[in-house]
Amino acid sequence: MSDRLLLATRKGLFTVEHRGGNWSANLIGFPGVSVTNALRDERGVIYAALRHGHFGPKLHRSDDDGRDWREIAMPAFPADAAGAPSLFQIWTMETGGRHHPDRLWIGALPAGLFRSDDRGDSWQLMSALWNVPERARWFGGGYDDAGIHSVSPDPRAPDRLCIAISCGGVWESRDSGASWSVLGKGLFAPYVPPEQAEDSAIQDPHRVVRCPADPDVMWMQHHAGMYRSTDAGAHWTQLKPPCDDFGFAVAVHPRDAQTAWFVPAIKDEVRMPRDGALCVSRTRDGGKTWQVLREGLPQRDAYDLIYRHCLDVDSSGERLAMGSTTGALWLSDTGGESWQLLNAHLPPIHSVQFV
Amino acid sequence: MAEVHFTSHLRNLVPGGPFAVAGVTVGDALQALFAEEPQVRGYVLDERGALRKHVCIFADGVRLANDAALARRIGTDTKLYVMQALSGG
Repeated sequence: MSDRLLLATRKGLFTVEHRGGNWSANLIGFPGVSVTNALRDERGVIYAALRHGHFGPKLHRSDDDGRDWREIAMPAFPADAAGAPSLFQIWTMETGGRHHPDRLWIGALPAGLFRSDDRGDSWQLMSALWNVPERARWFGGGYDDAGIHSVSPDPRAPDRLCIAISCGGVWESRDSGASWSVLGKGLFAPYVPPEQAEDSAIQDPHRVVRCPADPDVMWMQHHAGMYRSTDAGAHWTQLKPPCDDFGFAVAVHPRDAQTAWFVPAIKDEVRMPRDGALCVSRTRDGGKTWQVLREGLPQRDAYDLIYRHCLDVDSSGERLAMGSTTGALWLSDTGGESWQLLNAHLPPIHSVQFV
Repeated sequence: MAEVHFTSHLRNLVPGGPFAVAGVTVGDALQALFAEEPQVRGYVLDERGALRKHVCIFADGVRLANDAALARRIGTDTKLYVMQALSGG
């Protein structure tokens, strides 16, 4: 099991490590600065995306596991890009996978997708996505602008990837971003007039993940429900858990595509655990049956929300971690059956990654 | 030469200030400064060259409106302060 976590928080970048039987948190960089997302790649390079309250978004890289940091190039919308907005926030970062070890993807707010093939030294806007006519129908969900929060390269095919946009649907490219098509048959948006509810390009996926061992299987926490796809995002089936089906986070088992975890909350205008009791919902059979898991989680007076990048599962598939908007961090060594509070006093947590 | 002072929040990027720079406008003066101190440019201006929403500039004690600050004409002895606005952060 992985004994180390990387946490992006509202007040800096942390690691949380298991040593001598205890888990301890260490602030390793950017004290006081909002770290909107963090990523450690397969070779140990750490990227930290910052959003200074006054001075804009910035990107830093460490080549020595977090000891020293260097500010590197920020992706930017070119002056001739339609609308040429200012980049508000890096929302997600993803590596290019084993086929492209120097590649880094960034999904941003507004919803630009940027690609670097030199570990973040230079950036290119995927202009074909920015220029799709459907972008006129995208809109912000929780932010002023639509944004890209999920980037999922297909581990089998070096140039194929899926992305997800709030609110702009699920998109696929088979040529490393040069061209795009919208996916998402079966998704349903009750927050628009009925005749538009099945429009793939206005869906609000909150988070999309795919099973590394079975990449055609994808799981989605949508604004209006939980979904699963078995054909790499083309078609989706809505799931019916015996609890709230609103939330942000979803994680999939690294080898068992039938097993996934969600963190339910009361739906959209409330966004907190029902009855102040935090739980995790898990299925082991592709969404047919569910377990609502509460052991070790607060069952009263809990107002923790788990954001979309704040639930992770390690390579064992048994150890999970989740971090909340109120700065609590929990760990499970039992596939979610029981949880242990590691820290109740961290800053609001923006992303959690086993490293 | 105008004199440019930075908020203490940016002094880790520009430790040597204040800076004496020439320029007819605030924007000219800042561009001259950025030519010498390029690392601070992206903290004051966004990628379109606009003054960041939560940065404010004072010229000789007068706070300049964000959207008109860069075009403001300055004198040869103007003191400019680049500060963080209290609206952000």
